[in-house]
Amino acid sequence: MWEYTDKVKEHFLNPRNAGEVKGANAVGEVGSMACGDALKLTLKVGDNGKIEDAKFQTFGCASAIASASALTEMLKGKSLQEAERITNQDIADYLGGLPKEKMHCSVLGRQALESALSNYRGEAPKEQEGKIVCECFGVTDREIEKAIRENNLTSVEEVTNYTKAGGGCESCHDAIRELIARVREEEAPAKRPKLTNIQKIRMIEETLEREIRPSLQQDGGDIELVDVIGNRVLVASRGACAVCKASELTLTHFVEAKLREMVWPELVVEEVPK
Amino acid sequence: MKTIYMDNNATTRVAPEVLETMLPFLTDLYGNPSSAYSFGGRVARNIRESREQASALLGASPEEVIFTSCGSESDNTAIMSALNTGKDKAHIVTTRVEHPAVKVLCNELVKRGCRVTEVPVDRKGELDMDRYKESLTSDTAIVSIMWANNETGVIFPVEEAAQLARSRGILFHTDAVQAVGKIPIDLQQSAIDMLSISGHKLHAPKGIGVLYVRKGTKFSPFLIGGHQERGRRGGTENTASIIGLGKACELAADRMDEENTRVKSLRDRLERELLNRISHSRVNGGGAPRLPNTTNISFEFVEGEAILLRMDEFGICASSGSACTSGSLQPSHVLRAMGVPFTMAHGSVRLSLSVYNTDEEVDEVIDKLPPIIEKLRAFSPFWKPEGQACASGT
Repeated sequence: MWEYTDKVKEHFLNPRNAGEVKGANAVGEVGSMACGDALKLTLKVGDNGKIEDAKFQTFGCASAIASASALTEMLKGKSLQEAERITNQDIADYLGGLPKEKMHCSVLGRQALESALSNYRGEAPKEQEGKIVCECFGVTDREIEKAIRENNLTSVEEVTNYTKAGGGCESCHDAIRELIARVREEEAPAKRPKLTNIQKIRMIEETLEREIRPSLQQDGGDIELVDVIGNRVLVASRGACAVCKASELTLTHFVEAKLREMVWPELVVEEVPK
Repeated sequence: MKTIYMDNNATTRVAPEVLETMLPFLTDLYGNPSSAYSFGGRVARNIRESREQASALLGASPEEVIFTSCGSESDNTAIMSALNTGKDKAHIVTTRVEHPAVKVLCNELVKRGCRVTEVPVDRKGELDMDRYKESLTSDTAIVSIMWANNETGVIFPVEEAAQLARSRGILFHTDAVQAVGKIPIDLQQSAIDMLSISGHKLHAPKGIGVLYVRKGTKFSPFLIGGHQERGRRGGTENTASIIGLGKACELAADRMDEENTRVKSLRDRLERELLNRISHSRVNGGGAPRLPNTTNISFEFVEGEAILLRMDEFGICASSGSACTSGSLQPSHVLRAMGVPFTMAHGSVRLSLSVYNTDEEVDEVIDKLPPIIEKLRAFSPFWKPEGQACASGT
C-alpha cells in the first residue's frame, strides 16, 4: 500500500472541481487509457487574463486524482503568468508530497497545464514534440529531458518515477542514461558556483552527518571534523576507525570520494594526529 | 468499522482451531524435535502427525512431504533441484501467467544460461496445450505450471500436462498454492512429481509451506544444513507452524465441500450482482474452469487503485491488477497475457472469498461498490454519461 499524505487522501476522496468548465477557453488533454492515467483540464480565462474557473477529469490512481484536484485549486484566481510558473514539484508540495514512484502524477498535471495554456494561446497541440524514447508509454526525449532538468534527476529509476519512461520493457534504459548524462553535462558548470568558506564547511558537515558517519558507525567507527583550510579537510578518526589499519583507505576511498562528489571536486581529506 | 475481508488469495486468517493447536508449541512444548530426551521426542511425534495430515489432503505418503518456509521456497527448491539433478539439461517450460516465485526465478535462470519457454494462454485464460506439447524437448529439465491462477482463479489441466511430461521423461512441478483446499487433489493418481503449498493461503500462519516430492524423484536440497526433513531441508523445524499447517490441512479437507457449495454460491451471487449493477464490466477468466472462491472483474474507464482505496473507506479488502497496484507501471502480467485490453486491465478488481465470508458481507459489497465505480466514472475523461462511452486509448 502506498504511503499517501492526509492531504492526498483528502483530495482523492473529496476531489475539488471535478468535471468540465462550461465555455472553457483553455483545454489541455494528456495521457491515455493505455498508459494507465489521463487528465483533461478545462479552464475559463477571463478578459483580465485571470483564471476564473478550473476543472479536471481524470482516469487514474488516487494520487493522479489528488494531483489534478490540487492543480485546479492552485490555478483558480491566478494570472496566466503565475499559472505558467507552476511546476510539478509545486503540485506535489501542495499535497504535502507524493511517494517518489508517483511523481509522474504531478508531472501529468504540469503537462496538462502546459497543454491548456498553449491551447488558450491558439497554438497547435504540442504533441509528439521530440522523438519517442520509451515506446511502452510513448514518452519523448523532450519530456524526459525536461523532467531531468526541472527535478534534478540522476538515475533511470527516478526518470521512470517522474515520467514512466523505462517502466515497461526496459529496452530504453540505455537511451535514458544517455539523456541524463547529456543534461547533467549541460548543467554541470552552472551547478558549481564557487562556494564561500562558510558554505563549504556547512556542506561538508552535512555530508559527513548524512552520508558518511552513519555507515562508519555501523562498523563501530566514527569521524569528526576538526577544521577546513582551503580545500584541505582535517578530520579525526574515532571509535573503531581510530585503531583500524584500513582507516587510511576508508578516508581516501570513501570519505574523500563522497565529499568530492557531494561538495567540491578538489577536496583533500587529511587525518590529524591523535 | 468492520473489516470485510475478500482478499483470501493474498492471505487468509489463521483458523481459530489452528491457533489453538499451535499455542502449546509456542509455550510449554518448546523442545527440539531432534533431541534425545522425551521432552523433544514428543514434539517429533506431533510433527509426524502433522505430516500425515498434510499428505492426506494431497493423496500422498507422509515421507513425500517436506516442510519449508513458504510457497516461494517450495517453488525455488523444486526448480533448482530439477536443474541440479538433471545432468546437463537446461530448459524449463512454464507459463506466461505464473506467480513471481516461479516467473522471476526463471528470468534469473535465463541470465545464468538456462532456456525458458513460457507457454501462452488464450483470452479466457486457458493454457494453449498444443504449444505446451511443442515446447517439451529432450533438453527440458522440468515443467513448472501452476494448478490455479492467483489473479483469475483459472484452473489449468495440470494432471494432463504432467502425464504428457512424464511420457517424455520430464519432471513436472506445480505451484498448487491457490488450488489446495479448494479442489480435490490426489497425487497417487497423478504424474505430478513435485507440488508446492503455502500455509497462509489455507488458514495456517505465514512462514510455513510444503514441498511434495514424489518417492523416487531425484532431489537436491535447496537449504543445506542439518538432517531435518531427512536431509532434504536443513534447519530446525518451525514446530508451531508445522503443527498449525497440519491442522489447517485437516480443516481444508473437511471444508472442501463448503468451498465448492456455499462459498461458490456467494462468489457467484457477488459476481452476478456486480455485473448487473455496473455497466461496462466483465469477468476476466470467466469462460474457463475456475476456483470456487475467486472473481476478477474489470470495470472500464476507471483505475483499480482508486477503486480499492475507496472500498477501503468501507473496510472492504480486495486487490487489483492495475499498474498502480502491481508495483510496476504496467497492469498485471496475467491480464496482459490473456490479451485483456488496457482499458479493462487498469480497472480490474479481484475479490477472493473464504469460508469465513457471509451473505451479509456479500450484500455490503454489492451495495457499496456500484456507487464507487459511478463516482469515479463521473470524472473519468473517457466516460460519457449517456452510456455512449468511447475508449480513445485502445
